[in-house]
Amino acid sequence: MSHGSTGSRRTYFAVFAALLLLTVVTVLVSYVDLGLLNVVVALLIASVKASLVALFFMHLKGENRLVWGFALVPIFFLALILLGTLTDTMLR
Amino acid sequence: METEGVGRMEAEGNGRGYLAERGWRSWAFTLDHKRIGAMYLWTTTVFFLIGGVFALLLRLELLSPQAHYFSNHTYNIFFTLHGSMMIFLFIIPAIPSGLGNFFIPLHLGARDVAFPRLNLASYWVFAAGFLVIIGSLVAPMDTGWTFYTPYSAKTGAAVTTLSLGVFLIGMSSILTGLNFIVTIHKMRAPGMTWHRMPLFLWAMYATSIIQVIATPVVGVTFLLLAAERVLGVGFFDPAKGGDPVLFQHFFWFYSHPVVYVMILPAMGIVSEVIPVFSRKPIFGYKAIAYSSLAIAFMGFLVWGHHMFTSGMSPLANAIFSFLTFFVAVPTAVKVFNWIATLYRGSITFESPMLYALTFIFLFIVGGLTGPFLGAMATNVQLHDTYFVVAHFHYTMMGGTVMGFFAGLHYWFPKMTGKMLNEKVARIAWALVFVGFNVTFFTMFIAGTRGMPRRYAEYLPKFHTENVISTIGSAVLALGILVMCWNFLQGLRKGAPAPSDPWRALTLEWRTASPPDVENFHEIPRVADWPYGYGTPKA
Repeated sequence: MSHGSTGSRRTYFAVFAALLLLTVVTVLVSYVDLGLLNVVVALLIASVKASLVALFFMHLKGENRLVWGFALVPIFFLALILLGTLTDTMLR
Repeated sequence: METEGVGRMEAEGNGRGYLAERGWRSWAFTLDHKRIGAMYLWTTTVFFLIGGVFALLLRLELLSPQAHYFSNHTYNIFFTLHGSMMIFLFIIPAIPSGLGNFFIPLHLGARDVAFPRLNLASYWVFAAGFLVIIGSLVAPMDTGWTFYTPYSAKTGAAVTTLSLGVFLIGMSSILTGLNFIVTIHKMRAPGMTWHRMPLFLWAMYATSIIQVIATPVVGVTFLLLAAERVLGVGFFDPAKGGDPVLFQHFFWFYSHPVVYVMILPAMGIVSEVIPVFSRKPIFGYKAIAYSSLAIAFMGFLVWGHHMFTSGMSPLANAIFSFLTFFVAVPTAVKVFNWIATLYRGSITFESPMLYALTFIFLFIVGGLTGPFLGAMATNVQLHDTYFVVAHFHYTMMGGTVMGFFAGLHYWFPKMTGKMLNEKVARIAWALVFVGFNVTFFTMFIAGTRGMPRRYAEYLPKFHTENVISTIGSAVLALGILVMCWNFLQGLRKGAPAPSDPWRALTLEWRTASPPDVENFHEIPRVADWPYGYGTPKA
């Protein structure tokens, strides 16, 4: 079984700092009225944070293609539930 | 299956095998996949019988058009408990976690699953789940097994507790699915390529993917419902900007794919049993294997067909209806291939085969009544009538449960080291077959005539159908009792089972009956597919 690069301690702290920074950005953006875009921005930031956790803390970066496949396939199904639900709620 | 490095000699060492160790600790802390599978089988069977008792009480009440024996509220509780127990505590875990746990490593030529401790954890999380569900009986649920909002958000019943129980059951299901995916990827015996795997494993692989991907959605949905009830957050409350139909979207995004968690493993069992008792190689191996994956995938695209009358947008209705018809394709691929396997086979009618053939027959009826519900125009007429009840009992009981029974009869000698009384098994089968059809075919007729489901009282014009259906349910119950008695008798004083009583070729039959703790003394090397029946080697 191949194991992804565990990375250096420096990388972990850099990712941790990035996660904290993005959390602060999420809070600050919530005070700016962007209408519907508020949700979009919050979800985008959350996605970036989740990706950082998966790539570095869960060692996805450097994993083999099978593990990448298992990591990416659920994103398709997430898109599916969003698409199916929005087809109803946006067009009702 | 042609194997090297392991011969029939290995299978000779009979005795109590994995059952040798005694005492409750040997079960509660076991890491043996076979014991964990057996614990799942016992537990789920108990809930099957309890759920069945609720079904009989419902049928008893429906003997008369007016409510006689219970109040309407009690009736609501009974059908909720019947549905919830049958779905969450029996039909979802029974084959995957019970028979799957027992036979996946044996089929693979492995000593255990990839994560034995996770496997044991999954059982105890399941146990915690059913204990919480039993705890919810202090204020029994009356929402139906679907928990629809807005009623489930407001009722005084223990919805939050039951949701937590189902959440735990779901977590157990995810752990099992994850374990099986890794096991099938990593633990195959040398030489067992994907295309040499028994079809039961393909079915279980597809099932596991659905379990891992779909179950978190229903878990989150129940958390949202709990947040709505406990914290007053308005996810599904229009007064607070929520949407009750959103609950149905989330619920069915899980609960439609999960019907394939129920049916795919049963299809896997049928794919094993049919060639053994036809003495013919399975027809269309790859088509059956890949149709399992296709069913798993298509199952995610059609959840909206449960919601045509919910006020969903017309475009969404049309898309979901259109996509629904595609599910029939991979399912039909399987049925045609099974029938082609039977064609000119040397068919014998032992009890596993009787149940496998019953699966095909009843599942065709269940499957072909599906398009009437998938088409919007007829759905509006049939929605929430007994036609739906008949349709899903033909697929879930006529399909999955018959597949489960086929598996139990097929693998009983391997699991216990004892043979069943075949004559009694056939009598039980006949009672089950007749009882099932009398009970549920009548419901198609009542449904098309407009009888709504989930009511304790009904118009007198449906009386005849209901009396016939109740009589059928008694015959069905008798058949299941005879079957259970036969299992218990088999356990107590069945004749010792040889290692391969059915002359089958998959690897589990190369082990002793019952198998030893680590299954194989020497890991087999696989050189061929497991369906070479009718050839000189078999």
